Amino acid sequence: MAKPAQKNSDAYLHMYRQMVKIRVFEDSANELYLTAKMPGLTHMYSGQEAVAVGICEALETRDKITSTHRGHGHCVAKGANFKQMFCELLGKDEGYCHGKGGSMHIADQANGNLGANAIVGGSAGIATGAALTAKTLGTGDVAVCFFGDGALGQGLLYECMNMAALWDLPVIYACENNLYGEYTHVSEMAAGALMDRASAFGIEGHEVDGQDVLAVNELSQQLVARARNGEGPFFMLLNTYRYHGHHVGDINRAYYRSKEEETFWKETRDPITNFGDWLVTEKLASFDELQALHAEIKTEAKAAVNYALSAAYPAVEDVTEHVFAETV
Amino acid sequence: MRNITLSKAVNEALAEEMRLDSTVILMGEDVAEAGTPFKVTSGLVEEFGTTRVIDTPISEPGFTGLAVGAAMTGLRPVVDIMFGDFLFLIMDQLCNQAAKTHYMSGGKLTVPMVVRTNMGATRRSAAQHSQSLHALVAHIPGIKVAMPSSAYEAKGLMKTAIRDNNPVIIFEDKLMYQDKAPVPEQEYLIPFGAAHILREGSDITLVATSSMVQVAQAAALHLAEQGVSAEVIDPRTIAPLDEETILTSVKKTSRAIVIDEGHQSYGVTAEIAARIAEKAFYHLDAPVQRLGAMDVPIPFSPALEDLTVPTPDDVVARALMAMRGELFHAL
Repeated sequence: MAKPAQKNSDAYLHMYRQMVKIRVFEDSANELYLTAKMPGLTHMYSGQEAVAVGICEALETRDKITSTHRGHGHCVAKGANFKQMFCELLGKDEGYCHGKGGSMHIADQANGNLGANAIVGGSAGIATGAALTAKTLGTGDVAVCFFGDGALGQGLLYECMNMAALWDLPVIYACENNLYGEYTHVSEMAAGALMDRASAFGIEGHEVDGQDVLAVNELSQQLVARARNGEGPFFMLLNTYRYHGHHVGDINRAYYRSKEEETFWKETRDPITNFGDWLVTEKLASFDELQALHAEIKTEAKAAVNYALSAAYPAVEDVTEHVFAETV
Repeated sequence: MRNITLSKAVNEALAEEMRLDSTVILMGEDVAEAGTPFKVTSGLVEEFGTTRVIDTPISEPGFTGLAVGAAMTGLRPVVDIMFGDFLFLIMDQLCNQAAKTHYMSGGKLTVPMVVRTNMGATRRSAAQHSQSLHALVAHIPGIKVAMPSSAYEAKGLMKTAIRDNNPVIIFEDKLMYQDKAPVPEQEYLIPFGAAHILREGSDITLVATSSMVQVAQAAALHLAEQGVSAEVIDPRTIAPLDEETILTSVKKTSRAIVIDEGHQSYGVTAEIAARIAEKAFYHLDAPVQRLGAMDVPIPFSPALEDLTVPTPDDVVARALMAMRGELFHAL
């Protein structure tokens, strides 16, 4: 683990808890899919928890994030609760978006989450625009744009990075390189060095181990503070790994990646296991305490899933509601 | 009342709203010192500064995307898309992002932004600077579409657009920027979804948008000389569409021609004609006719370009056929 910044054990345990919450949420969502209780598909964030948590723990509630189709992790890390998230995944009225968004469009504006986005790279403009608002109105807010290595193929991202650099906007581009855009390795899709994309625009870039929550968090704290101070934009390349397939139905993956590779990441690079070991070694928590935390979160998830399963669907008349916002 | 150009009317609308609301910003290519190629935004940067009148790089999807995010977080951006043809570049940000955000978020997020762009052929600008693409966006739920037909309309509709809490796209006919019309000094707004009856008549209804309103008005004058009384209706906004005013008129006149500069196939003329056919069929004495731009890319040569858009003569000919009860299936 990276050398930690000065923090009390509560902050460390909160990071651990947030990562476990994401893992348990995803395991529960996968189970809902496998038991045919969930409409549609969903994209698992498992394996990448240290990225979302390391960054979001450096943000305040008022700071904005934009998320991706693989967005449950960002949503949890920014403060969302299980009950409304599971309701949204199941298309229920009590979901964050009254069931109209689903897994790929969860937005939680009260916590600064401007929404997941089902267009790869599609939220680059939204995050950068949120930063434009912050600068124009002098709010001091920072925006983080989460995107995967797949989005490096989208022109929109570079247009937005160009404007962010021209106008010194308080936005952090967080590129989660989980090695695969859908079913294809990043080396087949992105020419040149990934970090060069930032330097081409004169944007300060940092590469960090995305499996090390302390390293991610320490870097994020520095960059968020500097962005708040008008020194942005920044680019982060977070090297990580996606445990599941592109989506829950992507079961047979041998044609694009090996079992050995998956096993290597899960057994040696798992962000939760490694951080848990560190917490125990540093005597910040006992093994039993961590086990109890896992059990508590699983219980919470089970209750939320059961609640969502029995929750009501939106009323049929809601289908035409929210096409347009009211203008007073 | 003073007469001012459509260009000046839009400029006034922007300036008035920017004075009233400090969250209104204007962004686009060459909107600041250059004032756009059509000089519509001249003077605004001098009054409001470069923080609120922002020259962007030539990155239409990018700055439209920024506007979506800015609108979601507290600004009211007006985005200038220099030519309507560049709409194709911003379709994802407009139609997948801006239009759907309010609905997808279950009403939690709003996108109060305006895209102002233009339309209209016969400016010898060829196929990528002459299209009238409003039907494409009117097809998408969640976007309002305004089509001003004069300086007066342009000012009132722009002010309403800026105050609307939804994505609104305004198509100005680029051939009308220098057209003058009476515009009051005092403030006024024009509500969306309220059609304007420019001329009352009893024999045939001419529903026309944007510059086609002038075409319809000219046709109505010719028709009057031949004893045909035409009613001319400007829907002002095609989304929302004031169906009631149109249907009421057609039920009275029993004949209708819909005129619009978008390509005729799958266009605004088809939509309005279909609604008339669905909801006023038994009041009709003649088939509803459509007059749109020809289904060809807009050609450069003046000899060809002028053939592509409806003219007053076209409207008169069609109207007279309707009056005589001639069949149209050969057209």
